[in-house]
Amino acid sequence: MSIPRILEVRTSILKRNDAVARDLRRDFTRHGVLVVNMVSSPGTGKTAFLLETLLLLRRRGATVAAVVGDLETDNDARRLAASGAPVRQINTHGLCHLEADMIRTHVADWDLAGLDYLFIENVGNLVCPTSWDLGESLRLALLSVTEGEDKPLKYPALFNTADVAALTKLDLAAACGFDAPLARANIAAVRPGMPLVETSARTGAGLDAWLDLLTARRHRLLTPARE
Amino acid sequence: MHELSIAASIVEQATEHCRRAGGTRVTTIRLRIGRLAGIHPAALRFGFDLVAADTPLADATLAIVDVPVRVWCPACSAEVELPGLQRFACPGCGLPTGEIRAGRELEIESLTLEGHGQPAQEPVR
Repeated sequence: MSIPRILEVRTSILKRNDAVARDLRRDFTRHGVLVVNMVSSPGTGKTAFLLETLLLLRRRGATVAAVVGDLETDNDARRLAASGAPVRQINTHGLCHLEADMIRTHVADWDLAGLDYLFIENVGNLVCPTSWDLGESLRLALLSVTEGEDKPLKYPALFNTADVAALTKLDLAAACGFDAPLARANIAAVRPGMPLVETSARTGAGLDAWLDLLTARRHRLLTPARE
Repeated sequence: MHELSIAASIVEQATEHCRRAGGTRVTTIRLRIGRLAGIHPAALRFGFDLVAADTPLADATLAIVDVPVRVWCPACSAEVELPGLQRFACPGCGLPTGEIRAGRELEIESLTLEGHGQPAQEPVR
């Protein structure tokens, strides 16, 4: 009879994803591409926010592209194509999040050297995308005023992994009785010090601040701090 | 239900470790799951049972070590455990802090193996 023995493994469960993400990040950084992973619940307005972002960045002379995750449809990719930027759709066919390998496959033939910004619109979900690194340099968590101020407290893990937060649909704030100071406090509670932009894709409010933030982050990517 | 993807990664990696170590069956697999990893243990167990069928991990006990969130408090110069996830601040002095020291873990800690076959020659990466 064999004697049971214990094998110490101590390995990350997402080791393979993390390795692909690391390679992607290295390639993106080397080519000066700022990659933004956009996460939020369904219906936050990621696509409208991204469409305006793509249009405004192009107006500022930047080259931009987007990869859009969706369970089944290509509606979002078709909406975003109106910006004139290259857009690729990833249909996950029921999978609730994007993985690094999907990004690698979908950007494989893109000329990264000719790109300044790449946006990844994740599947609308406030839980599942949390643990999957996509090789991004910036994770953006979006929260619409119609969702309520306590979303960050209900989904702290996702907001905690974000680098920047965006409030969306600010034009509807009054109609919803949205308590902006409370929302700001809740975001700060789960991620102290995280920058927040307060926006409306419809009126354009706050988008200049968002673009300035993107520009500054890309500048930082191109000129890494000296050791 | 991303736990199914997580379960598939666990079974794939554990099967490989078991094979390379010359084991025939895994009786227990021990995981470390941080509270910030976004994993629901019940959903993970459900997914694990599905994907472990017909592998050396079928019928293995899934032991999940729950890792609380620990942050660094610069004011107290101490690593402190958060009582919940709704407020990232030192429970002692109240200073907000986002410097996480533990709680994001998503790891396979160990496997308990049966079988006394010769371990495979190539090292486990």
